[in-house]
Amino acid sequence: MKHLRSIPELGVDGIVRILNLADHMVEVNRRPVPKVPALVGRTVVSLFFEDSTRTRISFETAAKRLSADTMTFSVSTSSVNKGESLRDTVETVDAMGVAAFIVRHKTSGVPWQLSEWTDASIINAGDGWHQHPTQALLDCHTIRTELGRSVGRECLAGLRIAIVGDVRHSRVARSDIQAFTALGAHVIVVGPRTLLPPEVHTWPVAVTSDLDSVIGDVDVLYMLRMQRERMNEALVPDLGEYSNRFALDRARASRLRADCLVMHPGPMNRGVEMMVDPSDLARSVITRQVSNGVAVRMAVLFDALGEANSEVSS
Amino acid sequence: MSGPATNIVNIVGGRIVDSTTDANGRSADIHIVDGRIALVVASGGKLPAAATVLDASNAVVSPGFVDLHTHLREPGREDSETIETGSRAAAIGGFTAVVAMPNTDPAQDSRAVVEFVREQGRRAGLCEVVPSGCITVGRAGERLVPYAELMKSGVTLFTDDGNGVQDPLLMRRAFEYSSDLGITMAQHCEVSRLTAGAVMHEGACCSHLGLPGWPAIAEELMVYRDIELVRITGGRLHVLHVSTARSVDMIRAAKADGLAVTAEATPHHFTLQDESLRSFDPVFKVNPPLRTMVDTEALKAGLRDGTIDAIATDHAPHPDHLKEQPLDAAPPGMLGLETAFALAIGELGMDLRSVLACLSWNPARIAGIDDRHGRPVAEGEPANLAVLDPGGAWVVDRARVASKSRNTPYHGRSMTGRVRHTVLNGRAVVIDGVAQR
Repeated sequence: MKHLRSIPELGVDGIVRILNLADHMVEVNRRPVPKVPALVGRTVVSLFFEDSTRTRISFETAAKRLSADTMTFSVSTSSVNKGESLRDTVETVDAMGVAAFIVRHKTSGVPWQLSEWTDASIINAGDGWHQHPTQALLDCHTIRTELGRSVGRECLAGLRIAIVGDVRHSRVARSDIQAFTALGAHVIVVGPRTLLPPEVHTWPVAVTSDLDSVIGDVDVLYMLRMQRERMNEALVPDLGEYSNRFALDRARASRLRADCLVMHPGPMNRGVEMMVDPSDLARSVITRQVSNGVAVRMAVLFDALGEANSEVSS
Repeated sequence: MSGPATNIVNIVGGRIVDSTTDANGRSADIHIVDGRIALVVASGGKLPAAATVLDASNAVVSPGFVDLHTHLREPGREDSETIETGSRAAAIGGFTAVVAMPNTDPAQDSRAVVEFVREQGRRAGLCEVVPSGCITVGRAGERLVPYAELMKSGVTLFTDDGNGVQDPLLMRRAFEYSSDLGITMAQHCEVSRLTAGAVMHEGACCSHLGLPGWPAIAEELMVYRDIELVRITGGRLHVLHVSTARSVDMIRAAKADGLAVTAEATPHHFTLQDESLRSFDPVFKVNPPLRTMVDTEALKAGLRDGTIDAIATDHAPHPDHLKEQPLDAAPPGMLGLETAFALAIGELGMDLRSVLACLSWNPARIAGIDDRHGRPVAEGEPANLAVLDPGGAWVVDRARVASKSRNTPYHGRSMTGRVRHTVLNGRAVVIDGVAQR
């Protein structure tokens, strides 16, 4: 794998390969000194055109644990604000000798555009509403390990996963749905029609706007972040109505199966989609998602940049 | 110097296809003097000597093409195109006249700007540049332009292209006020409240790519509104760049009702689909957006049955540095003048004469320039002609376009159908595909 731009490009074999590598990286992270020399001398640049401290730190931690040199290019301090074009930016940084760009941009497709202008690997850290493949991989890894399933092409087979909220504007939802279904899960998207994507019937999912009809019978409840600015676009009448229909509140939490995993990509909007404290839930794995993020991103960087015969455990 | 004067041109060995011939045309040689066709003789017949002899063997001589929809960018965006470079692209594409869209800076809402555009076209001397006028002042959608005043500068087609006129009252007044002036309101049909931030067609493809969608209904609502306004006002409507199947249906019904409605379709809308955006290449971003195969087929059917009168390019040059931006920031539009003929011949499944109707005499009539363009190739007529090699093969190369910009969506594509020569006012402005000035 040279680039990781989307789950469909990675394919099911690629997902399985990353999940296997992630298990090794979890082991590395448990060591007293969680660091291996796999990427010594390789430079990894985080190219973040949209703020995301959490994702950026997760990637940079992953790169440092593989001994890569890391640099951060953030728009607020860069020449992009002086009118430099996307192409000039990436070509300029590329000229310094870069092995991989980790790219975050508010617009779908930017990772594909950048890969036309550089020979470096492109790792998509989120593009518009389109893809966030490392989030999907860490979510697969989290579900698999929490449920004690071994890695394989069918490792989520038979699971019922509900994804609740603003699917239309969610790169997490698009990537997750592709990854979960590729590994055999059954996905139900839950939200008002205004927050579901156009032509949702072409997606490989079941669709409902009635959260209560599904909440008692799912293996995973995946809550999406509800952004307040959606109120300004007449997509939902108001936040109260949204919470009444789609938030995880006490009443709904009490109906979850005891073994149901509750997930959220963060950052949570407490009082909007999350009306309960995750620590009050039987099986919230939200912080586990964050810690798994580092191991999965180590796996992705190693897969993209590591020498074929280099040893993770060396 | 001895020999014939340079204002004498012969075209020999060709087959004339025009509005008066059948689809096969007739073989003839042509003698042009001082901008007019002086003599048409049977092929191989005797012609007086000429300074320029254009070889038309295995080729078709037709009236030159007329583009109802060209963005020449001058004045205001000369980094994208100038009237000279755009005219050169037009001539190479076989066009002898182009209607210049008014979204210049300043906009074409005054006689001063309109006259400037026409004069720059004369200076370039590669095709006739016919300025359109705005429907509203500054294309702002608030006040009507003085139409009768602009008519004194020869403007007969009015449009706010780039914007639709959103206010239904203002549009009603525009149709009413203009209904006895003999001019045409050319509408860019887009209800802008439904397309804020849109990058591509709203459908299954945009759903998967996570890009904001431009729904078909945003066009269709305005097509419907304007057809019904024409019905009650007696105004005249030309629908620019029709892109959806339902728009075609509504226009077909309006024509059956005898309303003064005409329409155009672009080559990119009848040859490309929204799926092109899977590459995320902004060269495929255009307004209205590329749509689905159902729409593509409906546009072709509309052209074949005469619902859509004209093929227009919506030639919209943009420099690389603007197109090489994220999809939301990149401006919409693509080049069209140099590829229109090949795409029309290659993709529509129409006979040559029907294609020429859509490229020449129909748009000449809509533009109000049918006294000098789209004319029969006959003695006494103005010599605005194209010599076409319908079987000529070539490959589109973005590095070799005549336009100042390179944003063709057809780079690398093999084409069949070449424009060999173009004659403007009796002068050969393109010979063997090469512009002469």
